[in-house]
Amino acid sequence: MINLLRKIQGMSLFSRVLAGVLTIMAMGGLLVALASFENGRQAARQSYDRLIQGAAIDIAESIRIVNGRPIADLPVSAFELLSLATNDRVLYAVRGSDGTLLTGHDDAPLPNSLRGSGPFFHDGTMHDAPARFVTVLRRFSEREFSGVVSVTVGQTRLARDAMAWDVIVDTLVPAAFVGLGLLVVALILIRSSMRRLEDMTQALIDRDPYDLTPMDTKGTPAEIDVVLRQVNRFMQRSERQMDSMRNLISDTAHQLRTPVAVIRAQAEMVTAEPDTDRSRAALERLLSRTRSLGVLLDQMLNRAMVIHRSDSIPRRMVDLRDIALDILDSRDHELLAPNVEVSLNISEDPVYVLGDEFSLTQAAKNLLSNALKHGVPPVEIGVSHSPTHATLWIKDAGNGPDDAVLARLGSRFERTTSSKEDSAGIGLSIVIAVAQAFDGELKYEKTADGFRAALVFPRSYEAFS
Amino acid sequence: MKRLIAALALFAAPVSAQEATATFGAGPTELVFRSTTDMAIFGPVIESFVASNPDLSVVYEQWGSNDLYSQSLSDCGSGIAPADAILSSAVHQLVDLVNSNCAHSYQSELTARLPDTRRWRDELWGLTEEPAVIIYNNDLLDPENVPKSRFEFLDLMRQNPNDYLGRIATYDIEASGLGYLFAFSDSTEATTFGAMLEGFARSGAVATCCSARIIRAVSEGEFLIAYNVLGSYVQNANIPNVGVILPEDYTLFLSRGYMIPKQARQTDAAQRLLDFLLSNTGQRVISRMGLIYPDDPAENGLLPSAKRFIPLSLPLLVAVDQHAKERFIDYWRDTFAALLFLP
Repeated sequence: MINLLRKIQGMSLFSRVLAGVLTIMAMGGLLVALASFENGRQAARQSYDRLIQGAAIDIAESIRIVNGRPIADLPVSAFELLSLATNDRVLYAVRGSDGTLLTGHDDAPLPNSLRGSGPFFHDGTMHDAPARFVTVLRRFSEREFSGVVSVTVGQTRLARDAMAWDVIVDTLVPAAFVGLGLLVVALILIRSSMRRLEDMTQALIDRDPYDLTPMDTKGTPAEIDVVLRQVNRFMQRSERQMDSMRNLISDTAHQLRTPVAVIRAQAEMVTAEPDTDRSRAALERLLSRTRSLGVLLDQMLNRAMVIHRSDSIPRRMVDLRDIALDILDSRDHELLAPNVEVSLNISEDPVYVLGDEFSLTQAAKNLLSNALKHGVPPVEIGVSHSPTHATLWIKDAGNGPDDAVLARLGSRFERTTSSKEDSAGIGLSIVIAVAQAFDGELKYEKTADGFRAALVFPRSYEAFS
Repeated sequence: MKRLIAALALFAAPVSAQEATATFGAGPTELVFRSTTDMAIFGPVIESFVASNPDLSVVYEQWGSNDLYSQSLSDCGSGIAPADAILSSAVHQLVDLVNSNCAHSYQSELTARLPDTRRWRDELWGLTEEPAVIIYNNDLLDPENVPKSRFEFLDLMRQNPNDYLGRIATYDIEASGLGYLFAFSDSTEATTFGAMLEGFARSGAVATCCSARIIRAVSEGEFLIAYNVLGSYVQNANIPNVGVILPEDYTLFLSRGYMIPKQARQTDAAQRLLDFLLSNTGQRVISRMGLIYPDDPAENGLLPSAKRFIPLSLPLLVAVDQHAKERFIDYWRDTFAALLFLP
């Protein structure tokens, strides 16, 4: 049983469906066979019972009372009727009211009970061969004779069984053809349904392992479509990750080459500079350069981390207010701009989004540092919500960047002429990447009292977690 | 009347059942062949068989049909059958034997070729084709008086009964199984049968036994006309002054039945004999012995539609039935009220 189960589990889908169809067909076939067996037996019994009954009645009708005793003038027609079953042997007996044989064969059996008026059908044997008998009664009330005469006629079952068999075959053969036809149709249907699956399998086999382009989902059945879409999504993610890795490497190369070259040049200058003052100044520049390189590295690693996490870490319920609070608590902004007051503006209700806390924090931090660097104090960090959206925003009192700059903001190497030395231009690209990763967007608003940058996400509720 | 029947039954069961015995061939395997056919007629057929089957010898026992029937029935009941093959002209008795599960079943290409009327249950086979004919003495009977059909025969008897008084013969149906079979078949075949009996009675017809005697008596002028004589015997007797008529209204054809008893010891040999008898060679020999009537309308003037085989099938059981036989013989006897019984 367990082996069978294991076998079934190991079977291909096609074999499983086929096995199912075959089982159903076999069950149907069995039912049809049983029905036709019963049908054939019934039909043969009725026909041949009538035959022997007819013969018995015929014989009974021929009985006359002659000289006070019943005499059967056996009609040839009765036997012609019986000989319709060409090869069957016959027994017949005409018996008086006391059961004595008047004529015929004494071994023709009587039914167990002769109550009622008959005809009485009964099974028996005839010289060891199975046979069917009928007994009919004829009552006489003559002056010379009064009583019941029984006529028993029996016949072997050759023609009867042959007819039953014929009926069964006549029913079963067309049924078998129909069944076969159904099976063929079922096979064709199953095959054609499976074809798409096989095509997909073949496409997967033929596919270059490095090819991450989406697979064709045209004409795919719904069940497989889901799988295919998942596969496509997986491949897209893979590709994105590959891309981001590639970007990280090329960015790193691109971003580090210049500062490192500068540092090397300055270091050479320091060693070549005989004047201690100038060499000190050069050393300080060198220090500032290396610090800025450190920031750049931090940011690049953050960005790589954010992009990596957004694709690989399962999303959780995150309260945007916690993010805002964390940022303020960490007091990083005091290092960046010690003199600027940052105020908090959050609601009382939790504002949940589906996301990753680290990525969201990084994005918010970047926005805040942008505001501190480029904006005009006072700076405000806040969380607001509508029934469908949750927003984390940073606001300053300045006018914000030019429209032209705004349009270009967020590309990876956006470094404006106004960019300070310690800015790598990576911050906004992190923000945008995070917004996109969690189905949100980055929005800018210029209002009368300042400039607002906001991360808008679809709002989530605790009940859905 | 009951006493009479008892007496007749006694008469029909003589102490010595078989009439003649002879052994053909010298093979080690002995086949007991019981036949109602005169050894003189069927002997050559058996001779031809043992000639081509030297490993067999055939013990030919010639029996009367009623004795053969009752003996076979009791053999069948006792389970010991001394006979390996039975050939009888009283086919109704063979049908009863087959119906009583006393026969061995056999099929071969040759048996399959037999028409349905000459085969039943693959246990009974008809070997010959012998008509029941009217014979007459052509020295004494005017050619214009020769009846071509039963109707003419009836007219003949009706018009001048005195001319034929005591000069018409037929089988005694009580003494001869074959005579009874013919009479029974006549009764089922056509309504002329009743009229025929009346005619016989009016002309004081003689019911007597045995083909050979009837033919001789016709030839000698003792009888002018004899009804329902087996054509093959007439042909074999080959007496020039005996004319043969196949009645044009219908002519009964008898096919002698061959049966292998169920308990036969030499079934294989019996089957070989059957196949030989049905083979071209066998049929040719049988034909030469006059047991297959030449099937030539030009010669015997018989239309194919008038040819009525006595079919080997169930209805013949009626001929064996006790009541039916009593009724029939009563009827026969009542009609032949003034019948002369000849020994």
